[in-house]
Amino acid sequence: MTRPTDGEVVVRVEELHKSFGHLKVLKGVDLEVHKAEVIVIFGRSGSGKSTLLRCVNFLEEPTSGTVEVDGIRLDPGHRTSAKKEQVRQLRIRTGMVFQQFNLFPHMTAIQNVIEGPVTVKGVPEERARAVGAEILDKVGLADKAEEYPIRLSGGQQQRVAIARALAMEPKVMLFDEPTSALDPELIGEVLAVMTSLATDMHMTMIVVTHEMGFAREVAHRMAFFHEGVILEEGTPDEIFENTRFPETRRFLDAVL
Amino acid sequence: MSTGQAGGRGDPAPHASAKIGARERFELATARIPWTIKRIGVMVAIAAALVGAFSAVGFDTDWMRENWVKILWGGPDLLDGIFLTLIISVSAIALATLLALLGALTRISKSAILYTLSGFYTSFFRGTPLLVQIFLIYFAGAEVGKRLGDAGYESLRNIFTLDAVPAGILALGLNYGAYMTEIFRAGIQSVGHGQREAAEALGMNYRQLMRRVVLPQATRVIIPPTGNEFIAMLKDSALVYTIGVLEMFRLADLAGRRDFRSIEALVLAAAVYWLLTSIFTFFQVRLERRMSKGYVRAVEVGSGVRTTKIVSSSGQGSSGGAWGGDLPLATEVESAEEDPS
Repeated sequence: MTRPTDGEVVVRVEELHKSFGHLKVLKGVDLEVHKAEVIVIFGRSGSGKSTLLRCVNFLEEPTSGTVEVDGIRLDPGHRTSAKKEQVRQLRIRTGMVFQQFNLFPHMTAIQNVIEGPVTVKGVPEERARAVGAEILDKVGLADKAEEYPIRLSGGQQQRVAIARALAMEPKVMLFDEPTSALDPELIGEVLAVMTSLATDMHMTMIVVTHEMGFAREVAHRMAFFHEGVILEEGTPDEIFENTRFPETRRFLDAVL
Repeated sequence: MSTGQAGGRGDPAPHASAKIGARERFELATARIPWTIKRIGVMVAIAAALVGAFSAVGFDTDWMRENWVKILWGGPDLLDGIFLTLIISVSAIALATLLALLGALTRISKSAILYTLSGFYTSFFRGTPLLVQIFLIYFAGAEVGKRLGDAGYESLRNIFTLDAVPAGILALGLNYGAYMTEIFRAGIQSVGHGQREAAEALGMNYRQLMRRVVLPQATRVIIPPTGNEFIAMLKDSALVYTIGVLEMFRLADLAGRRDFRSIEALVLAAAVYWLLTSIFTFFQVRLERRMSKGYVRAVEVGSGVRTTKIVSSSGQGSSGGAWGGDLPLATEVESAEEDPS
C-alpha cells in the first residue's frame, strides 16, 4: 500500500528512553506516524516493542524523551494534578488494544463500548448506545451486544475491545500484540477487523504484531525493533525483499 | 506395646474370607442409604440428645412460654431486645463498611498523610480488645467530655458524652471497620492490573476508574467475607450489654437471673442468635450468586445444569450455616438468573 506521506503527523516520539531499574529497554527511539498511516512494529520479544507502545499513552512513564499525540506534548516527570490531566487528554485521543483484551467483565459488550464515551466524555447514554451499536456492528458483533465478555470467544472479546477503543474516536489506535493470546482459528477475524479499520476507516494505527501476512498486506511502513532501538524502517516491500540488516533477515526467516 | 501393632496383639493375619467385624457390617449395611437420609438421621439424633439433656436438667418450658416475649421484646422501650440487637448490628456494619472503604482506599493511596492515618487507625483498633474500646468510648469518652466542658469548651462536652447505644455502635463500627479495611484492600487489589490499565487507557481519572471499574469487581470478592463480618458483628453486639444497653442478651440474662432460670433464658438467647445468623447466611449466599453475573458462562438448557461457574468466587465463602453444607455454596452450579421453568 502506498504511504500517506503528506498527512499531518499524529504521533511523534523523540529520543525516548525507558529503563526498568538497571535494565535499559528503550535506548533512544524516534518515530513519526502520519494521519491514516499504518505502521507495524516487529521484533523479538523483549526488544521493547510493547514498552514503546505503552509509553506512547503513558501507561508506562518514559525515563526521558518526548511523546506527542495530536498536538499534546508530554515529557516524563512527576505526576502533578496538571500533568495527570494532560496525560488523560493524551489518552482520550489514543485508543489501546491489549494482548489480553482486558474487557470489563462486569459489563456487557455494549456497556464496555459505551463506558468510555459516557463516563469520560459525558456523552448521554442513549446517544452513546446508538453509536456503540453501530460500532459493534462494524466489528461484526451486533448480535452480541448484551453478552458478558465471559460468554464470548477470545476473538469476539478482542473485537469488542477494539470497538471499545474506537468508541472514544481516537486519533490513533495502538495495538499491543492483539492476536497473540488467541487460538489460531480466531486470529483471522481480528485481523479482518483491523484491516477494515485501516482500509475503510483510514485509521492511524501503530501495531505491534508477529502477523507478517497482515503487515505485508496492510502496513504502509514497518519498523524492526532490536535491542531497544528501531534498527530498520521501511515499506513492507523494502523490509521483506531487501532488508539491509542480517538481524532483520534472521528474524523474518524465523517467523515466516 | 513396644513391638508395634503387627505382631504384638496376636491377631491372625486377615484372610480375604475372614469373618466380618461389627464395624465392617455397619459400613456395608449403611452404604446404600442416601447421604441426605443419613444426615437427617444424625440431626434427629442430635436433637433427641439435646431434648434428652434438657429434660434431664428439668428444662422449664412453662417459664419459657411465659417469658420469651419479654426476653425478645420486653424492655421498657418497644425497640429493646432483638430489635436493638439488629439496629446496633446493622448501623455498626454500615459504619464499618464506610470506614473500611475509606481505610482501604487510603491504604493503597500514595499520599503519605492518608496512608499513615489509616495505618494508625487499623493498627489501634485491631490491636486492642473490642471490650476495652467500648469502655473507652463510653466511659472514658464521657470523662473527656466532662473535662473539656469544665475547661470551658462547652460545645465539646456533648460530642464526647454519648448515650450507650450510639457509643456501642461507634465502638463496634470502628473496630470492625479496621478489620474490614484489610478485606476491602485485598478485594480492591484482587482486581487485575489489566483492568486499571484498560480504564486508564480510556482516559478515566482515579475516581472514575475506582467507581466504574475496580470497586464493582472488588465488591464480588468483598461480599462473602463482609457477610461473615456481619454475622460476627451480630454476635459481638452482645458486648454492649456491658455498658447497659438493653439488647437481647441483657434482657435474657436479667430475666434468667431474676427467676433463677438462666438455662432457659440463655438457651433461648443463644437459639435466637443462631437463627438470625442462619437467616443472614442464607441471604448472603443469594447475594453472592447475584454478584456472579458476568462470571458465569451459560450451558445448554435442558442438561439439568444450566450454567457453570468457571471463575470460582473468591473470599472465604460462607460459614455459619445452621448445619453446615446445607446451603448452596458459591462454587455450585446453577445461577440465580433467568430460571427457564
